Amino acid sequence: MSDLGVRESVVRGGIGQSPLRPDGVAKSEGSYAFSSDLSADNMLIGKTLRSPHQHARILRIDTSKALAMNGVHTIITADDVPGKPTYGLISSDQPVFASDVVRYIGEPIAAVVADDEDICARALAAIEVEYEVLPALTDARLAADPTTTQIHPEGNVIREQNVICGDLSIVGDVIVEDRYTIGMQDQAFLGLEAALAIPDPDGVGVECHVATQWLHEDLGQIAACLNLPETSIRLVLGGVGGAFGGREDISLQVHVCLLALATGRPVKMHYSRSESFLGHVHRHPAEIWMRHHATNDGRIVKIEAEYIFDGGAYASTSSAVLVNAVTHTQGPYKCENAHVRGVAVRTNNLPCGAMRGFGVVQACFAHERQMDLLAEQCNLDPLEIRRLNAMTTGDRLITGQVVESVAPVSEIISGLAAMPEPPAQAPSLHHPYELPGGAGNTTRTSDVIRGVGYGLAIKNLMYSEAFDDYSTARCMLSNGIVTLKFATAEVGQGFITIAPQIARTTLGLEDVRLDPIDTGVGSAGSTSASRQTWMSGGAVEAACLKVRQLIFEHVAASTGCDAFALVIEGQTLVDTTNEKRWPMTEIVSGLEFDEEVEFRHRPTVPLDENGQGDCHTAFAFVGHRAVVDVDVELGLVRVVEIATVQDVGRALNPLSVIGQIEGGIAQGLGLALMEEIIQRDGRIMNPSFTDYLIPTIADMPPVTAKLIEIPDPQAPMGAKGVGEPPTISSTPAIIAAIQDAMGRSGASTTHLTRVPIRPSDIAKAVNSTLRD
Amino acid sequence: MTYISDEKHFELTVNGSKYQVKDSFLGASLLSVLRDHIGLTGSKGACEEGECGSCSVLLDGNLVCSCLVLAASVTQSSIVTVEGLGGATDVQQAFVECGAIQCGFCSPGLIMAATNLLDRNPEPAPDDVREALAGNLCRCTGYGRILEAVQVAVDGRKRDNS
Repeated sequence: MSDLGVRESVVRGGIGQSPLRPDGVAKSEGSYAFSSDLSADNMLIGKTLRSPHQHARILRIDTSKALAMNGVHTIITADDVPGKPTYGLISSDQPVFASDVVRYIGEPIAAVVADDEDICARALAAIEVEYEVLPALTDARLAADPTTTQIHPEGNVIREQNVICGDLSIVGDVIVEDRYTIGMQDQAFLGLEAALAIPDPDGVGVECHVATQWLHEDLGQIAACLNLPETSIRLVLGGVGGAFGGREDISLQVHVCLLALATGRPVKMHYSRSESFLGHVHRHPAEIWMRHHATNDGRIVKIEAEYIFDGGAYASTSSAVLVNAVTHTQGPYKCENAHVRGVAVRTNNLPCGAMRGFGVVQACFAHERQMDLLAEQCNLDPLEIRRLNAMTTGDRLITGQVVESVAPVSEIISGLAAMPEPPAQAPSLHHPYELPGGAGNTTRTSDVIRGVGYGLAIKNLMYSEAFDDYSTARCMLSNGIVTLKFATAEVGQGFITIAPQIARTTLGLEDVRLDPIDTGVGSAGSTSASRQTWMSGGAVEAACLKVRQLIFEHVAASTGCDAFALVIEGQTLVDTTNEKRWPMTEIVSGLEFDEEVEFRHRPTVPLDENGQGDCHTAFAFVGHRAVVDVDVELGLVRVVEIATVQDVGRALNPLSVIGQIEGGIAQGLGLALMEEIIQRDGRIMNPSFTDYLIPTIADMPPVTAKLIEIPDPQAPMGAKGVGEPPTISSTPAIIAAIQDAMGRSGASTTHLTRVPIRPSDIAKAVNSTLRD
Repeated sequence: MTYISDEKHFELTVNGSKYQVKDSFLGASLLSVLRDHIGLTGSKGACEEGECGSCSVLLDGNLVCSCLVLAASVTQSSIVTVEGLGGATDVQQAFVECGAIQCGFCSPGLIMAATNLLDRNPEPAPDDVREALAGNLCRCTGYGRILEAVQVAVDGRKRDNS
């Protein structure tokens, strides 16, 4: 642990405890201001005109009729973007407004600003756009073919990445293979995209209150498009109603700032649910082929795989998502020989990018289904095959990188095996929710078959491939009060709870306050990649440690003691040479310090063409056991319980960790059983919460969680990121449990290879004579 | 259905106070009138079609999705929003203390639904709680801490009544 100056954490609200969220009361009373709740005097409303075509050339845009309408203030198109015409997280390949070609249904073409929303809607309808419709590229495999028409100046292939290691000539005694399909999942955060932009009185700059995951990345992209220095733009975090990756890319940020500057008045934009489905990137749909070679007794000797990720019309983070997928092919298992090919492509489908799990969700579904196939072939229990191959600290990955993180995979497996299973279905039922089909009353108790399945995962933490990943925090001590300043996006995960905990423990002071979250301090990086507790937590700790050192030096100078002999115990300063003690509040009275730190994790390197290199920073591990009841004939599933064992390093706030685990599992359950954006010719068929289903409280089973707390020596305070792992292996665990139930039904069954699983998939798998 | 003589001007009773609603489209939903005209933004909109429950309010004591209610049709009703609970009710406190709130966007709606449930059924079984809250989507918590919060509120009332 890095915090040797603290003997034990006894300060109230310090690390290891679960103090209340500082914003909890306001959120419970409805007074917390989400970005969609913001308003300003003299405010106008902005709306976006979007492409109705998947692929078309824009021949003409005529805004004159719309502009002439009462209450319409202005309309902007690509011609009104003063700076860079494009934006993007890794590659700046997405137009602020399409000017010559549209590449997906929903692509922004123009934005109108008017007195109110109704006028906006009428004005949008009055804008005339003439298109020449072009053939659409919807098939990712076709897009990867070099002979296919390129739909973007940067080409169709966003990135190809192979991982090749070891002896490729090796052939296993046992070989299992299949093709896997992962559907397009939506982040489905509840708080829709919204922002309020207020022009500066000087008419040059702008202040934008926005719900985002990464204020400074937005700032850089907005400034480039507006052709303004970053100093002329101030971003303030508007209350964020969840994110899960879907707010990492620019959506309405540039548009709303342009409209505010064009009109000289505050402008608000907010998306509806259906527009939100078009307005942010989604989890990549993927096609994966995977083949495992093993010895007769079940040891993996080689893995071959091929990934095709459909990135949609623009790159977003596709290249990084692909790298995550191919480098996590082996899962948390030893493997010395591998031949993995991966490609992410552009198509005229919806753009895809970050979502919780970031490429590893797709890889994990495939490798865990493969592990179950292998177990079956080798006549081993699913946990036994995993235990046999379990990775450990010091193992070399297929990228050549050595796992230096604590890797308690065997402990996870033992933990899962030790957790008691829920009791069998009670013969007398009290409530239809206790059966598959729930309140639909479709299922009789006698039709229900129970199944149990497992999933394990390894997940990289933080950013990879030489990205300059850092976070900034400032610690100000004045009048005995500690004030923290950072630009870390609080999206619901609870960093604003943890940051003061870190400060309290490090400084032995209870009164810790938070400055508003904005661009008035250096970047914190993104609230993604399970990185903020490590990165911004590390930055807060480092800034507080600097202040603490100054306090120690001050005490040493004024009392003549040795600064290096001082420690903080709870809220007391102790001189360890003579056990002399002072209350910290007394010590800091009258002291003023202000320290800012940029915290970096260790460097990483890009992968070479064979996918070799220490590209990742650190790893976390997790396992899930799903218990399901299945009505095999109707293809209906009820998840009875999820048990999980997660490697968390150290739980800085146990209640928050449980919140991440339960919430992450819910999203993994959603992908397993119900969540998929259905596109037909590039049009979303289910852009609503009526048709895109996310788990309700009736769908979620009880979660039993066991935390493995082995503090990671590389992590600040020993704490690993906990946000993504719960989402990753819960999905294959549920599918494995369904497979198990189908097997117990006595019917001959085929291997389940798709998520989300649909009732027809189950019905077909038990009776292959059924047709689509 | 109440007849409104002046379509530009009607009155709503929200949290015990009377509000004159002017310049509102007669077809406006109660949610949009609450948020955009009365300035009570505690009720949230996340789906606009009665699926997510974030906009839940009490209408004469009944739980409704305010996005599905025509504002001009409820001039004779008593409307209670999350702001009208008074703050720091047992249910609200339990949500805060049990970790039932993460991003918090669903919280006002869930708190209205849970409050309404406990008013109707002071001792609900877990499946009764699930049924009562099944119309409220939460994307952050996985609902475990929400169930816990409702149970804590139930237990608290039992203690108070014994």
